[in-house]
Amino acid sequence: MWRGVLTVLEKDLRIEWRTKESLASFVVLGVLLVVIFSVAIDPSPQDAPRLAPAVLWAAFVFTGLLGIQRGFVLERENDCLGGLLASPLDPAVLYLGKLAANVVLLAVMQALVLPLVAVLLHAEMARVLPALIVVLLLGNLGFAALATLFAAMTVRARAREVMLPVLLLPLLVPVLIGGVKATEAALRGGFGAAVGALGVLVAFDAIFVVAGVLLFEQVIRD
Amino acid sequence: MSDNLGYLFAAYTAVWLGIFLYVRRLARRGRELEDEIRDLRRRIES
Amino acid sequence: MRVLDALLPWAALVVMLLAQWLIFVVVPTEAQMGIVQRIFYFHVPAAWATFLCFFVVAGASAVYLWKGSRAADRLALASAEVGVLFCTLVLVTGPIWARPIWGVWWTWDPRLTMTVILWAIYAGYLMLRAFGGADEAVARYAAVLGIVGVLDIPVIRVSVRLLHGIHPAVLTTKEGGSGLTDPMMRTTLYVASLAMLLLAAWLVALRVRTARLEAEVVGLRRELDHV
Repeated sequence: MWRGVLTVLEKDLRIEWRTKESLASFVVLGVLLVVIFSVAIDPSPQDAPRLAPAVLWAAFVFTGLLGIQRGFVLERENDCLGGLLASPLDPAVLYLGKLAANVVLLAVMQALVLPLVAVLLHAEMARVLPALIVVLLLGNLGFAALATLFAAMTVRARAREVMLPVLLLPLLVPVLIGGVKATEAALRGGFGAAVGALGVLVAFDAIFVVAGVLLFEQVIRD
Repeated sequence: MSDNLGYLFAAYTAVWLGIFLYVRRLARRGRELEDEIRDLRRRIES
Repeated sequence: MRVLDALLPWAALVVMLLAQWLIFVVVPTEAQMGIVQRIFYFHVPAAWATFLCFFVVAGASAVYLWKGSRAADRLALASAEVGVLFCTLVLVTGPIWARPIWGVWWTWDPRLTMTVILWAIYAGYLMLRAFGGADEAVARYAAVLGIVGVLDIPVIRVSVRLLHGIHPAVLTTKEGGSGLTDPMMRTTLYVASLAMLLLAAWLVALRVRTARLEAEVVGLRRELDHV
């Protein structure tokens, strides 16, 4: 089964890489969002580090939604899903592969946006990088778990660009809250206070990865 | 205390209004659908 | 089933009247908040009805996905609509209650915050069904959403407690509001809750009936095309 997952992962990543022009614009969007939030909030140098987690996660969420949706639009346009279903591939394997690809995608985007936020909002990230990476990974996993499931649904909807955020954003609130709180704690140097936030992220991930594995078939069946 | 009565009234009215409007909408839709069913049935039989 | 169907609105009416009598005539006025506190007897039962409706959505959705039962799908849709209606009532009565007590229309209190999020999730469900496209698949997608929504409830509840800036007095007053001093208050709450639940059940039954009529129309139209 894991070989199947890796195959799907590899294929998805290769597709992303081949269309890296639009991948680039997706990253640029993340950067742009950070800039816009920073300009709009206009924090004083003292306040800025406190706002960094919120700006980070807001930018991640919006960019992530567009990025993941884009992946599915590509696939729908070329009717790849039909082909995949015809293969003896278990929908669960398909889901996990796509999930992994989306987590990687988010990580790549974050790797580029994070340093920008550190610079623009004077947030000291270098020291706490390992902790930050853990938080981001947990957040990405939860985010992608639901986004992968739902992006497949909204591709055919009317007003599809708006439908995915409308459906996902309220569902993703725990990831947002947990991510921001855990990032805050990480930047302050210790996870101690953020145990609750991490717990939320872990629980979210566990519940929705399992739910995704079980429900993905319902979403891609035609 | 008695001016807070206005708030109590507002809340009560909101609940009542919400339910009433919903029931009315359902009743209206139900009637439209029944009419349509009758009409369709007639057209099928002819 | 038919008997229950006919009995339901009358049962709802009777219990509702009883509840009204208790709420406005019998139950003593709460010491701290005064007469406005009686909104509590609408607000809390409406919230319970909301949760019940959304759980039914999840259950019916699961049955639909598992067994393909169209009746289950109709029940899910009906429950979602009624659930959103009651959730809206919770969100309307909440601020009306809050304003005279705390002087603000809104607080980011964990319970209210969670209610807004829940409203957004199931309003999204209704939007998906309305705008998701004409396929059969939409019912399946909505079912997935219906299940995911309920699965999210405990996580949302926990995560929302992490938000701070909640005025302690707000919390205790709200919680303290349900630390009911008089046993009559508890009775009134239970009766009012039963009334709301019966009302919700009746509304769901009505909506299911409408949905069944809609399905019949679709079937007849298709038959007409083939004639």
